[in-house]
Formats: sequence, C-alpha cells, structure tokens
Amino acid sequence: MKKLLGAALAATMLTSLAQAAEVKIGFVTTLTTGAAVIGKDQEKAVNLAIEHMGGKMGDLDVNLIFADDGFKPETGKQVTDKLVKQDNVDIVAGYIWSHVLLASRKSVLDAGKFLITANAGPGPVAGKLCHENFFSSSWQNDETPMAMGEVLNQKGVKSIYIIAPNYAAGKGMVAGVKRTFKGEIMGTDMTTWPTQLDFSAELAKAKASGAEGLFVFYPGKAGGAFMKQYQQAGLKDSLPLYTTFTVDALSLPKFQAADFTDVLGSQFTQQWDPTIDNAQNKRFVADFRAKHGSYPSFYAAQAYDSIFLIKSAVEAVGGDLTNMDGMRAAMKSASYPSVRGEYTYGNNHMPIQAYYLREVVKDSDGNWTTKIVQTVYDAHQDIYAKDCALK
Amino acid sequence: MDYTLLFVQVLNGLQLGLLLFLVASGLTLVFGILDFVNLAHGSIYMIGAFICASLTFVLGNFLWAVLVALPLTGLVGYAVELLVARRLYDKDHLDHVLGTFGLLLVLDTLAHMIWGPAGITVPLPAWLDGQIELFEGANIPVFRLLIIGTGLAVAAGLFWLVNYTRLGMLIRAGASNRTMVSALGIDIQTLFALVFALGAMLSGLAGMLISPITGATIGMGGQIIITAFVVIIIGGIGSMKGAFIAAVLIGLIDTLGRSFLDSLFELVMSENAAETAAPAVSAMMIYILMAIILAVKPQGLFPPKVR
Repeated sequence: MKKLLGAALAATMLTSLAQAAEVKIGFVTTLTTGAAVIGKDQEKAVNLAIEHMGGKMGDLDVNLIFADDGFKPETGKQVTDKLVKQDNVDIVAGYIWSHVLLASRKSVLDAGKFLITANAGPGPVAGKLCHENFFSSSWQNDETPMAMGEVLNQKGVKSIYIIAPNYAAGKGMVAGVKRTFKGEIMGTDMTTWPTQLDFSAELAKAKASGAEGLFVFYPGKAGGAFMKQYQQAGLKDSLPLYTTFTVDALSLPKFQAADFTDVLGSQFTQQWDPTIDNAQNKRFVADFRAKHGSYPSFYAAQAYDSIFLIKSAVEAVGGDLTNMDGMRAAMKSASYPSVRGEYTYGNNHMPIQAYYLREVVKDSDGNWTTKIVQTVYDAHQDIYAKDCALK
Repeated sequence: MDYTLLFVQVLNGLQLGLLLFLVASGLTLVFGILDFVNLAHGSIYMIGAFICASLTFVLGNFLWAVLVALPLTGLVGYAVELLVARRLYDKDHLDHVLGTFGLLLVLDTLAHMIWGPAGITVPLPAWLDGQIELFEGANIPVFRLLIIGTGLAVAAGLFWLVNYTRLGMLIRAGASNRTMVSALGIDIQTLFALVFALGAMLSGLAGMLISPITGATIGMGGQIIITAFVVIIIGGIGSMKGAFIAAVLIGLIDTLGRSFLDSLFELVMSENAAETAAPAVSAMMIYILMAIILAVKPQGLFPPKVR
C-alpha cells in the first residue's frame, strides 16, 4: 500500500512537472451556430500562429484548448468556468461577442488569471471594470465607429440615419458614431439581436427620414443579410451606406460567389487591413491564404496577434508563469510584432493605435478584398480610459 | 403621419405575414390532423433554403432552383415521416417534443456538416433584384412583391385544396375525427405521409423565398418556428383560415411595431429610453397578443368545428 501511494505521489509529481513545461491557453470563440464562421476563422489564425512559433513559446510547449460559447453569454460563462477550474489554464483568450465577454470576464479575473480579448471591447471593461490582468488585442467598441464619424464629417455628410442591433456592442457603435459625427442624426433603430435578419421596416424608415447617409453595424451573417437587402431596396444612390464590422473577409467571398457587385467600393473603418506593410502581416496573410484559400478576416488578425502577445509575455519571464508581474509588464509594453504594426497600451490595457478607412476592391487575381484609402487616426485612445483606476 | 411610409410598412408586414403563413400552414396541418407536435418543422425550412441555394448555383437561376428544390424538400419531409414521425404518433406530446427536438439538432448539425457554417448568399436574376415605384416615393423591391404574390397564390391553392377536393375532404375529416376516417376504409397512413410531405414543402418554400433576403444560414429555422407556433395557437390549431389570418396579423403587428413604436414612445419618454425600450416591447407584442387571445378564446380565433 505504501509503495502504491509512493508511486502515485511520484506520478502526480511527474505530471505536475510535465505541466510546468507547457503553457496552457484556453481560447473561447463561437464554433457552432451561423456565427461559427467567425470562430472557425479565429481558430485557423490561432493554429497558424502556433505553427509559426513552432509550437513553442520560449522553452514551453503550447497546449491550446478551444471552447465554444455557442453565441450565448450563459454558455460562454460555463465554458470559461470549465477552462479556469477544470482545465486550469494559465491564460484565457478569445471572445468575439461583447455580451459573452461581460458575462465571462469575472470567472477568469477572480481566479487570478490573464484574460486577453481578441475581439470584444465593450465600454465597461475599458473603464470602470478595467483590470490589471485584462488585455485587448483588438479595440474598444466605440473607437471604430468614432473613426467613421470623422470620415463622415470629412466627406461633408450633413445627416445620417442609424440602424444597429440592440446589444452591448450595438449600443457602443451607436454611441461612438454619435460622439464624433457633427451632423444631424435623423433617427436610430435598434433591432432584436441576433434573431432579426429582415430589415425591411428599418430600411423603409431610413429612406423616409430624408437622411443623407446610413450608418449600420451588423457583424457576422446579419451583415450579409443587411447588405443584400440594402441593395434590393435600391438605396445605393439616394442613401449611401457607411458601416463598421459589417463587410469583412468572411462575407466578401460569399458576395463574390453571388456576384453582388454593389458591395465593391463600399467603405468602412478598421485598425487592420491585409495590405498593411510589415513582415509579420505579410507572412500572416500569405500563409493564411496559402493554407485556407481565402483572405483572413480582422477577427483572424486579432486572434493571431493575441497569441503572439501571450508569447512575448511568456518569453519575457523565461517561461516562469508564476511571475505574473513580469508577464503583465511585458504585455503592457506591446513589444511583440503585431500584424497591424506598432501600437501602445493605455492605462486600461486597451490599444492606442491607428485607424484606417478601408475600401472593397478586386485584387490582381480578381478576388474581392480590401485596401486602405486613408488613415483616419494615427494613435487613438478610447474615451473610457479616464474611468479606469489603473495607472 | 407619413402615409407613404405607412403603406410601405403595411406591404412589408404583409410579406412577413405571408412567409409566416407558409411555415404555419404546414405546422397546423400536421399538428391539427396528425396531432403531432413537430419542432423539426423549422429545420425543413432551413433545409429547403439550403437545397435551393445550392441548386441556384448549379442551375444558374433562382426560379428553376425553387421548382426543383420543392419536390426534393417534399421528399425530405416524406423521409422524416417514414423514419421518425411515424414511430411517434402513438406516443404523447412530450415524446413528440423530445423526438423532434432531437431531430432538429441532428438536422442542424447535418446542414453544418454539408454546407459549412458560413451560410450561402443567394443571387437573384436581375429582373427580380430591382425595385418598382408603385407611386411617388413608394419603392418596393420586386422580390418582396413576388413573395406576397406567391404567398397569396399558395393560400388560395390551399383554400381550394382543403375545401373543394377529395384530399381536402379527407384532411378536414381527419382533423375532426381521425378514428372515424380510418374506420371508413381510408388508408390513413398514406394520407398522413402525404400531409407531412405537403407541410414540409410549404415550410421549405418559405425558406427558399427568404434565402435571397437573409441568406441560407444554420439555425434559421429555430427562430421562425417559435413565431409559427404563436401563429397556429392564435389562429386555432388545425385551422387553415386561422393560420392565414393570424400570420398576416402577426406580420403586420411585428413590422408596424418596429416602425412606429419608438415615435409613439418618444411622446412619453426621452429619445434614448424610447430607442432602447421600443425594440424590446415590439419583440414582446406578438406574445402579448397571444396571451390576450388565449385568455379570451382559449381554442384560438378559428378552432376546427368538431374535436
């Protein structure tokens, strides 16, 4: 019996040694429902990132666990709890959806682990709910529409109508564009999310409002549905469309297959584009395309960045994952090669970065993709940073 | 009051209502005659959309794709009846719900495996993709008018089928007293399979018609099936007329609620509060209507005469 106990003890010690030689990362994204197309793109990018680093961060092996939030806050929290408590991961990353992130953040942060959002950026996590162990490899929700508001001012648009989904990110987008746009808001419609995909009533109202432009935010499949109905309503000339996160590399191949040419030339703001000229981005875009046959989406770019951000932290402390102060300082310095180019972190651990105006174009092979038209902000910080108690 | 906008919104509501009717008519047929609760009815709606979307790319034309996809969807319905539903008729409603909910998950996952998670954007022929100006300022997408036309034609066809044909007579008889129909020597099993396949075709047609607007996507059926149940409960389970009137009513209430509720709310509260409250309340309105109607007429507006 004693022998057996001894063996068991040795075995446990061995496994804990084996565990110490790896960094365990949980990645929460959406792998089922129609929104799985986004999650799959992030999954591809994360796997590519791991491949590009040879499966290692410093001397540690990378043990990656994907979890599916099912596009629901309650499921997202459940799988996050499992990652933290049962799988005992070192770092949790991912989160496409703002409402999922808000429901899940406490589980990670209360357990004293790092949380890296690779997409969602609702106002509270950048402001009052900011946390020393929370970092973003994307943006704060309000910033991209704020950049769009500036673009609208520059174009001399006098009035707009707004249509967006009624959830955390939708409200952030509306607040963002309203903050910078100097013209008149002729009306705002918030639609049921994520179930409503028919926007006939809202489009009719927007048209009747007499606005000069239409601002919308519809991520994922709702974006495709919206663009299609906008075209069918024949509003292209009378009510030009300005979007954020609605047209992306996931919907463009579908539009191209359906020969939906109205989307060519449409413009939107973003912190990244596949044409950004740096070594990391070139390698990422080229290898992603070679492997999967399509351009990566911005969701993929941020997911790819999140893994390299983690790598920089692990290497800075020489693989000693108990040195959280060291890891935190490394991440805060944003000294990893990001596909968007260099950026810095604010006191709330949100990126201070450039925002560009992107336009849908055909590439040299005839594929539909995007290019940068102009730089809207050189280094933009979100407005919630002042509410954050961190220094 | 902007009457042009009101007119356009009424047409939008009518279009939504007629789509709902296509789904609800199949549901009410199966629920009313077979006494079978079919949660997987929405999955057939999705499968119809996906089959039609794939065929649009193969055949190069949306309308041909619909014509070919319709019998195929009927076949899927027939297969579902043969393999799953037939074994559940004798069980009680809870077993129906469990069985068809399982089926719903299986079909959703199957569609995910076959067509991938991205969904399909369905192109329309150019003449369907434009708009018609009915009068000054009232531009309506041609395709939405086509949906209204198709919905009305199907409603008329079903009315004729149910009221003036031998099959319709059997369907009505089956809805009133199933045992008696089979005692009179009617092959009830074939009748049931036919009704089930017809219901599947109607639901599939709705999916095909919506796919050029919203795209064919995984899980699209789960959203419409709930509203379709509300429709048949309001209309009276088993009643075709009830399904039609309730579907149009719900389509109008939903669309007009989304259109005008916020302006109405702004009269009594701040603009910001109205913007947030209006979509929440307009999403609730059809359920409020259902609760009121259930309180006043527990059998629905037009219950079939004899049960």
